[in-house]
Amino acid sequence: MKRHWVVAVAVVVVLAVAAAAAYGSTSTTSKGSKAQVNTAVSGSISFDGIWTASSGQKQFQDVINAFEKLYPKVHVNYKPVGNNLPTVLATAVAGGHPPDMADIAQPGTIKQFATEGKLKPIAYASSTIGKYFAPAWKQLGTFNGKLYALVFKAANKSVVWYNVPAFKNAGVTPPKTFSKLLADAKTIKASGTPAYSIGGADGWTLTDMFENIYLRTFGAAKYDALSAHKIKWTDSSVTTALKAMAKIIGDTPNIYGGTSGALQYGFNDSVTNAFSSPAKAAMVFEADFVGGVITSSTKAKPKTGFNTFTWPSITPGPDASAVEIAGDLFVTFRDNPAIEAFVKYLATPQAAEVWAKQGGFGTGNHNVPASIYPDAITRATEAPILTAKSVVFDMSDNQPPSFGATTGQGEWGLFQQFLKNPKNIKGLQSSLEKAAAAAYKKGK
Amino acid sequence: MSAGGITAEPPVTAAPPPSAEPGRLGRYLTGAFFLAPALLMLGVWMVYPAVYTIVRSFFGQQGFIGTWVGIDNYKHLFTTSTLTTAIKNNAIWVAVVPALVTAIGLVFAVLTERVSWAVAFKTAVFLPMAISAFATGVTWRLMYQQDPGQGAINALGKTISGVISPAGVLPSASPSTPSLQTTPGGAMVLKTPTHPGGVALLGLTAISPEQVPKSAVQAVTPPTKPGEIVGTVWRDFKPGGGKPGVVEKGELGLPGVTVVLRDSAGKVVQSAKSKADGSFDFTKLQPGTYKAGIGAQTFAKPFGGYSWLGPSLITPSLLIAYIWIWAGFAMVVIGAGLSAMPRDVLEAARTDGGSEWQVFRRVTVPLLAPVLSVVFVTMIINVLKVFDIVYALAPESTQQNANVLALAMYYTAFSGGGNFGVGSAIAVFLFLLVVPVLLLNIRRFKREV
Repeated sequence: MKRHWVVAVAVVVVLAVAAAAAYGSTSTTSKGSKAQVNTAVSGSISFDGIWTASSGQKQFQDVINAFEKLYPKVHVNYKPVGNNLPTVLATAVAGGHPPDMADIAQPGTIKQFATEGKLKPIAYASSTIGKYFAPAWKQLGTFNGKLYALVFKAANKSVVWYNVPAFKNAGVTPPKTFSKLLADAKTIKASGTPAYSIGGADGWTLTDMFENIYLRTFGAAKYDALSAHKIKWTDSSVTTALKAMAKIIGDTPNIYGGTSGALQYGFNDSVTNAFSSPAKAAMVFEADFVGGVITSSTKAKPKTGFNTFTWPSITPGPDASAVEIAGDLFVTFRDNPAIEAFVKYLATPQAAEVWAKQGGFGTGNHNVPASIYPDAITRATEAPILTAKSVVFDMSDNQPPSFGATTGQGEWGLFQQFLKNPKNIKGLQSSLEKAAAAAYKKGK
Repeated sequence: MSAGGITAEPPVTAAPPPSAEPGRLGRYLTGAFFLAPALLMLGVWMVYPAVYTIVRSFFGQQGFIGTWVGIDNYKHLFTTSTLTTAIKNNAIWVAVVPALVTAIGLVFAVLTERVSWAVAFKTAVFLPMAISAFATGVTWRLMYQQDPGQGAINALGKTISGVISPAGVLPSASPSTPSLQTTPGGAMVLKTPTHPGGVALLGLTAISPEQVPKSAVQAVTPPTKPGEIVGTVWRDFKPGGGKPGVVEKGELGLPGVTVVLRDSAGKVVQSAKSKADGSFDFTKLQPGTYKAGIGAQTFAKPFGGYSWLGPSLITPSLLIAYIWIWAGFAMVVIGAGLSAMPRDVLEAARTDGGSEWQVFRRVTVPLLAPVLSVVFVTMIINVLKVFDIVYALAPESTQQNANVLALAMYYTAFSGGGNFGVGSAIAVFLFLLVVPVLLLNIRRFKREV
């Protein structure tokens, strides 16, 4: 009996120490002082992610290393799966052997996994996430009423990139409103440079443009309703947004390469065209990751060569600060103390800072100081994410992939048809509705 | 040693009845032992997936097996427009490629027999086979780019058309002065007539700073002169836009533009070249009404390139690239058949007075028939399964127009589509198409053995 007592006391003491250590680690590291090491939690975690050697594997490994310093007995095995991740994951889940954790960019897929009961809720991290993120972010990770995902990395998609010399030649400044944008585009064209560079060979650049217009015109609530197919694609709000979009894509002489050129240029081409010297076009409507393409494949320099402005507001827009993001949502397929510790750690500013200071990273974590971003342009594109009153997820990622994320089919393919024929708004709407209805019916 | 061998002999002859069974069984086991790895692999990687795919094609889209849907997936295959396009395109591929590859291969093989630099030629034609189809797709996609500045094929077109109809000096310009209008022929003419003693302002926009000649200076409105029509051609733009049709500070003249003056009957009276400040004048005019304008030649657009990767040309473009890859294969196989052909038959035909064409048609081709059919049938199978070159060459926006069954299967089941039911149905359909051709091939192999 006496022995048992000793053991029990020992266990209690160890747990207390562990708890203190865990508490200490979160409270002291936020000031950057000595981190306390937790050796009570042990285990290994398998993690399937989209980042490969060329796209952020190193940065994420740094985050893992920082975590493993705090939890030396936990080992995280990161597997760089690459862009085939959704397929690999779907197969692994179907086969009954998913990884412990995964990075999923499509909320639609998470919802499906959650509905099938494959995911574990992360309620244990709820307070940590609540402490560092605005409620909108928790909402993004909530599916079927439960918190399943942490939005670890976010890309601001409500951004427009412009060629600074081209704007200077035309004598225009970044527009604040949509009507000013259209007027400026005319001026830019008169200056001898097409205003728009569109990467229509990648359907998602077109849906992103539509999504920003819809968000700016009707606000986050209606946007989310359309995402969830609670508003039909034949709705008059969609007509309004498409008419606005037609003002851009229907201005054929003002698009670099005209309609047929725009259909052949992919996202990367659209960026290099707009930021070559002399400029072939003045503006690219795409997310914060355009910056990476500019610096890696053109000679343009920040501020003097390229710069950004926030997607102009469309009057009477309900909320001009709303931001559309694409992001990496982390989900868990299993549940154990090691995984819990890792998820909680990933929600802290420390984890985000490891990557943020290396660039190419945005986060909704409001304890990450803006000063940590490596340059002014990143600071400018990431700041709106934190100040936005509402944050919405890329609509096409929210939808069943057969509608929202299949090359040349569904939404992507239909918007390419729209680029080809911007007058056919009614026809586009009925095709979109037909494809969406089929995809949502199949999803059930 | 030899003694041992002799003593060992009797039991072998004596033993058969009792040891025959174990012996045969042993041989069987040995055979099975050696076959097992291959069989196992065939089973795991060929038979099981094939059977599973067939079964899977009758079930719904999601999960390891999904729900039973009967032949719905097959109905879907023949009623969805993207998939019927794929079937139609596959039919075009089968109709065009095997025949053309065989024909081109035959021509190359016969011709290379007669040239002294045959090895170099053969190497050049065969080289594409050494490149992966994906790399070929990427390369051809670059060559097919519409922009002549990027695509090699359209660059060639531009060079040729540049000689036939050279581009104008201001191809992108558009009128800015309100009364300056573009005629259907591409020229620009002032709609409001001018009288001698008047001014013709020809303001143009959409001219990038790079297109303005270096010699250009601030545009001016020349003073009017009696009996003359004066005017200015200038870049009617300054940062911020400026007032259209008004010469302002900061706007440059466009030197070297040919301005044409027509009388009221439309006849050309005079033409003049603009100076550095964009000014021009027409002197010694009879009283009357005149219209000033700029000829279409100034605005002639440079060759913009054909849209090889556009929706209507994408499949032919793919076929060309694919034939480019496989012609070498056909040439080498047919060439081998040709060199194995008995020469005396050809000689005999020639001695009998057959022309080269007759010898080729009546002797060479019939004798080569087995080889030709091997190439033809192989190409049918290859073409039915074609995937990588379409995936790599066709831009996303026209991949639906270029769709083929294997690609449709990939998109339906994997990349995004997630519909394993229909994906399996496409795979089974593709398999059924290939089977008769395969059987034909197998039968011939047996006959030849």
